[in-house]
Amino acid sequence: MEAIRELLRGNARQYGMVIALAVIVVLFQILTGGLLLRPLNITNVIMQNSYVLILAIGMMLVIVTGNIDLSVGSVVAFTGAVAAVLLTDVGLPVYVVIPLALAMGGLIGAWQGFWIAYVHIPAFIVTLAGMLIFRGATLIVLGGRSVGPLPDSLRMWASGFVPDVTPDGPHLLTLALGAAGAAALVWIQWRVRARSLRHGLPAPAAGLTAAQSAATVVVVMLFAYALADYNGIPVVGLLLLVLIVGYSFLMKSTTIGRRVYAVGGSEKAARLSGVKTQRTTFWVFVNMGVLSALAGLVFTGRLNAATPGAGEMFELDAIAAAFIGGASASGGVGTVMGAIVGALVMGVMNNGMSIIGLGVDWQQAIKGLVLLAAVAFDIYNKRRLGFGRGGGVPAFLRSSRGRPDGPPAAQAEPPEPPERPEEPAAAPGRGR
Amino acid sequence: MDDLILHMRGISKEFPGVKALDAVDLRVRRGEIHALMGENGAGKSTLMKVLSGVYPRGSYTGDILVDGHVRAFSGIRDSERAGIAIIHQELALVPELSVAENIFLGNERTRGFGLIDWGRTAAAARDLLRRVGLEEDPTAPVAALSVGRRQLVEIAKALSKRVRLLILDEPTSALTETESDNLLALLLELKAQGITSILISHKLGEVTRVADTITVLRDGRTVETMDTAGGGVEEDRVIRAMVGRDLDHRYPPRTAEIGPVRFAVADWTVDHPTQAGRRVVDNAALEIRRGEIVGLAGLMGAGRTELAMSVFGRSYGRYVSGTVYKDGRPLRVRDVGDAIAGGIAYVPEDRKELGLILDDDIRRNLTLAALGRVSRATVIDPAREAVAAAEMSRSMRVKSSGVLQPTGELSGGNQQKVVLGKWMFAEPELLILDEPTRGIDVGAKYEIYLIVRRLAAEGASVLLISSELPELLGMCDRIYAMCAGRITGQLPGPEADQESLMKLMTQTGA
Ligand SMILES: Nc1ncnc2c1ncn2[C@@H]1O[C@H](COP(=O)(O)OP(=O)(O)OP(=O)(O)O)[C@@H](O)[C@H]1O
Ligand SMILES: [Mg+2]
Repeated sequence: MEAIRELLRGNARQYGMVIALAVIVVLFQILTGGLLLRPLNITNVIMQNSYVLILAIGMMLVIVTGNIDLSVGSVVAFTGAVAAVLLTDVGLPVYVVIPLALAMGGLIGAWQGFWIAYVHIPAFIVTLAGMLIFRGATLIVLGGRSVGPLPDSLRMWASGFVPDVTPDGPHLLTLALGAAGAAALVWIQWRVRARSLRHGLPAPAAGLTAAQSAATVVVVMLFAYALADYNGIPVVGLLLLVLIVGYSFLMKSTTIGRRVYAVGGSEKAARLSGVKTQRTTFWVFVNMGVLSALAGLVFTGRLNAATPGAGEMFELDAIAAAFIGGASASGGVGTVMGAIVGALVMGVMNNGMSIIGLGVDWQQAIKGLVLLAAVAFDIYNKRRLGFGRGGGVPAFLRSSRGRPDGPPAAQAEPPEPPERPEEPAAAPGRGR
Repeated sequence: MDDLILHMRGISKEFPGVKALDAVDLRVRRGEIHALMGENGAGKSTLMKVLSGVYPRGSYTGDILVDGHVRAFSGIRDSERAGIAIIHQELALVPELSVAENIFLGNERTRGFGLIDWGRTAAAARDLLRRVGLEEDPTAPVAALSVGRRQLVEIAKALSKRVRLLILDEPTSALTETESDNLLALLLELKAQGITSILISHKLGEVTRVADTITVLRDGRTVETMDTAGGGVEEDRVIRAMVGRDLDHRYPPRTAEIGPVRFAVADWTVDHPTQAGRRVVDNAALEIRRGEIVGLAGLMGAGRTELAMSVFGRSYGRYVSGTVYKDGRPLRVRDVGDAIAGGIAYVPEDRKELGLILDDDIRRNLTLAALGRVSRATVIDPAREAVAAAEMSRSMRVKSSGVLQPTGELSGGNQQKVVLGKWMFAEPELLILDEPTRGIDVGAKYEIYLIVRRLAAEGASVLLISSELPELLGMCDRIYAMCAGRITGQLPGPEADQESLMKLMTQTGA
């Protein structure tokens, strides 16, 4: 019991979110009379949310650096529109269009990253402008009409399935991949534990890790079985898996990820530690642009058409996912897995509420409340644990971030005062 | 029986994993200046936060008696109503607002309906400023004031709330000598007006000068309460109570062998970052030898930090001219990355803003400047990192619940050790220390001196910026003095004394 409390204490946020997701799944499973977890519907939830999941990963990085990107919805629409026009009107093959679209997303990201990182215009403003610019550009490219249908080759990427090794029966490949994935996860859990023990770091008891592993195996295999029972693994599902694993590794285990966190944690301290803060911010936005383009391709392919209104509100879904998943508005905190769980919370709620026939009006309102509740829970938790540093003002709204010559605060004459005292619980409504 | 304005009885306070206060007793007599001393992390700030309601009732155990009545404050406003005001280690003024607005923030002079009465505000502000001896236009923005003046604004703010018990948490650690003297004189004056003060400070000299009583905390417990009334307390006795043992020497002996010139800075000129054409460093030149500890003396505004930071990868101001040489060859230091690659490390003056990522744990902070040492092909080896961080943390004697503790939870001295450790981990050849012992207790100071000496003995060069002349005299082999952006001279350590240094530090014009 003590061990569990210890474990929860350290990772309250992460476990809290996973538990919240589980509760929501169970709730809607009951409310929908068992429809939610039907194999067909599970596959649907993944495919319906694939683009938001992709965006949430990029958004998490952006938010970790203390910025925000309001333009992703418009960029999704714009890259999708350009891709559709290139595929249909121009008639380029899909293997040319995909890299072109991704490169264009990268360029858009570079454009915004330039203003944010090097000219020091707040990201909020640059990407608000981007939201308008690229929505307008979408309308121009499409001339107000929808472009479609699209060649099968693109649709296959967005809504196809990985073919199985055997022609019929449940998908063996899916089950095999599931088993391999579960084994890998269990192996990682034990390796982390062994390593912590070896170096005298706090580690959960063996029984706890065993329980964790058992739960992992059960969940992963049930999930794999559900997919196998329908059509197998969707191509986007595989793509997502690669993105999640890749970005988790990048953020957790590489010096690049460490620097991204450092920039968000304290830009000045990071710069004085040799981190190229401007370059880091710039590339995080380039990355966001590329991922937006990827989401644009998936979305357009799934819809089988590019439409002027595509991607509206996607930025808000992605931002909400990141915050529900534990990112901090003042930067420096957040994980890829958190963003994924956050996006799934939103996705499962959308899906479940649609099944039980709740109108969009109610859906919006309820999602808003969930976002607020998740962040409030987070802040409550930190306060209770004696944290609670950091201003309530999100970093991307503060104007003082990195001025051109960045005279870090300590000079001879009037050094800038600390912007806020550091007392936990002194003022209500503070998160970090 | 003493007339006690405040009696804190058996106060205990726990943070997750740390017992910050363990049945502390504190008795403050009416009208005295009561000094609270102790090592970094002893619990001084925590005790005062309990008293002022920052940590509200229920989050600690024990009783607070004000004027003999048990009180339990629910927040700062609550304690302010009882006449208790705290001025935190980190000042809490809004830089964009004017002096008057800051003084009456949350306590505005209104004509009803929330309309601010600017006439009364200005007049009352002027009165208060006069009381604290600050001649400043009440409409000036606080951002334009020096730290010393801001401190006075804070005190004026406290006075506006009819304070009877004023708590000052390390008010002088960022002040110049004159500013400190003024502040201490003000405290004595307030005392004459009947205001009681609790003063937290690591500066023994000032404490023994103004305090009537000294209470020493160690590891969250009251160790000793000393009365200075009957003829003053010896500093050594206070140190013994704080550290728990005698400190024979304030400065460790020199062991390094001084070699040939390692680093040299020539013709170094830097302009102010925003005011074009304003020189902050003017044609500075200096040399540092292998194993040598070189001091840089100067008053506030002399350009020492500016010189150091601009050499450290141009992280301050606008570069005009100058070259850094290492072993006689020009060294490329166009950005911080270059400087680190060239073996330079800079430990900044402002550890919270510039030195640490407060949300991150000790481990991540320690390795940030030299991630290459714990990674292969950009992939961090978590085991190597954990071991390296634990080792460094041990060798720096950081007091924490483990390397996974966020640095924002550490006390000031331990934060400083983490910053120092971070740069030790980068294995520098030139270590620039900017006010490394500001706000640090005597015991920890000694440990930091030992670390610096050890580094020098291993062949590194050290540039030590300090406003405390005794520290420069005790530690340095050679001392440069700066004034108004120029280097005005140098003295060999053994020949230097406070007077000759002071002369160089105030020598304007050449
Ligand atoms: N918010 C917090 N969470 C966890 N531990 C804390 C917190 N604040 C303080 N501590 C711990 O409580 C102890 C006392 O800290 P405190 O800040 O009172 O020390 P101090 O005597 O003021 O030191 P200094 O002279 O360095 O300012 C330290 O061990 C510190 O790490
Ligand atoms: Mg303190």
